[in-house]
Amino acid sequence: MNRKHIDEIEKQMKLANEGLPEEERKFFADVIPTRVDPFNKYWEQFLNWARSRSLWMLAFGTGCGATELRPLMTSRFDMARFGIFPRPTPRQASVFVVGGYASIKTIKRIIRSYEQMQGPKYVIALGSCTINGGMYYDSYNTINRLDYYIPVDVYIAGCMPRPEALIAGFNRLKEKIVAGECEGMNEYTDKFDWFKKNQKEIIKDWNMPDYNW
Amino acid sequence: MSIWTKVLYAVVSVSVATVYGLTLGGIVRKLYARVHGRFGPPVWQPFLDIIQTYSRRVAVSHGNMFFLGPVLRLAGGLGTYLFIPVIFGSALFSNFSMAGDLLLVMYFVFFGQLGMALGAGQGGHPYSPLGIARGLAQMSAFEVPFSLAVIAVAIQYNSLNITSIVAAQQGGFMHWTLFTNPLAVIAAMISILGMNMHAPFSIVMAPQEIPIGPPIEMNGSFLSILQTNRGLFAAAKLVLFMNLFFGGATNIIEMIVKTFFIYMFSVFVGAAYPRFRPEQSFRFFLKWPAFIGVLSIIYITYLGGAS
Repeated sequence: MNRKHIDEIEKQMKLANEGLPEEERKFFADVIPTRVDPFNKYWEQFLNWARSRSLWMLAFGTGCGATELRPLMTSRFDMARFGIFPRPTPRQASVFVVGGYASIKTIKRIIRSYEQMQGPKYVIALGSCTINGGMYYDSYNTINRLDYYIPVDVYIAGCMPRPEALIAGFNRLKEKIVAGECEGMNEYTDKFDWFKKNQKEIIKDWNMPDYNW
Repeated sequence: MSIWTKVLYAVVSVSVATVYGLTLGGIVRKLYARVHGRFGPPVWQPFLDIIQTYSRRVAVSHGNMFFLGPVLRLAGGLGTYLFIPVIFGSALFSNFSMAGDLLLVMYFVFFGQLGMALGAGQGGHPYSPLGIARGLAQMSAFEVPFSLAVIAVAIQYNSLNITSIVAAQQGGFMHWTLFTNPLAVIAAMISILGMNMHAPFSIVMAPQEIPIGPPIEMNGSFLSILQTNRGLFAAAKLVLFMNLFFGGATNIIEMIVKTFFIYMFSVFVGAAYPRFRPEQSFRFFLKWPAFIGVLSIIYITYLGGAS
């Protein structure tokens, strides 16, 4: 392969960031994220054990399901005893709880926040709206299926699911993490083009970088 | 003793202090949870959190200073700890104590925060400089009563060496600075409230105001360095206070009991009070605590009969 081919492939690998004005493009990531494989088997098992016992949740109320998170955080249901803590910034969080319906405006923020989280990262989708649209299935400005836009690890059905259901969901997530089944971070990079196509189809005014690192 | 033996001892001593500091952090989380009427996380949760943040597969950096911020913070914690003799008369826990180490330690207590200020500023998030501005202002404020108390102690024992200050307090609890110069201890214990940053002085990492302030952009291994330092630095500060004001310790059990209760003082205050606004916090330290600090110097110079 000569230099010209390499340049061409590199050009294809680059993100165009076409939604941004010309002068702002250089400030943002222009490289497609790449797959990061797990460590060797036993070390990864140990790390997964620790990850499952220290889940840092992104405290970002995305829909009406966020009301169910308040009793979960406070004395009544006390999620801290399961090792789940709210974290105010996506940089440090490892679990993203999408709280119910996601309007087009919100899905934009959900994507940006999800991409800013440092992997391995997990997503819990809460309520029927994230599974099939729920009561908003024919609404003009909400999405119907969340896993077209970001990879989802655990769904919790219900409208709205009670905090007990959320705890059950978190426990299911823990089991999946320990079993090493939560590779949403790599799924997102492997199917990056497909996710971006879906995202851009639904978000008409795409005025953000193509990937927020 | 050869330098390598000393280095080996220092490694053991730093590990013990880090584990102790992190366990204290876990106990404090449990205590706060019980005050809220919750069960709270297990005591070993800080260790799990460190492994979890360390195990992130990717980390975003914002430049060279961003790399150096957590490193300098850890250097501040290590520097503080390594020049304080932890257990009086023990070779294993004497660290690198030497003549004039009190001045060095006082410098290192504030060094970490300055390093963090440089590093977090490069993160570019607006809440980082806001947290740092609050942190540095509060630091300057609580430094006033703390420095006055340390000056009083230095005058009282006529020494800037922590080992000889501890040695002068041996021989029964009535020899502790707590009883020979209570005013200095009052000023210092008020300043430790600000130093530990529990409520009402939790304005730097105020979770509901400026999400978590300075380390808001820190992720993955950067954050795990900061968490490790939090354990080590907490232990270092407590040991310093124990040495200066509560007669030091001659064995590890005594050290653990004394530092635990010194820490619990700021935890109990923190559990009982809401948070100050920044300007209230700065003004608080510059009024009565600073005045008590000046009184303690006057007391020890003219009335206490400095030895």
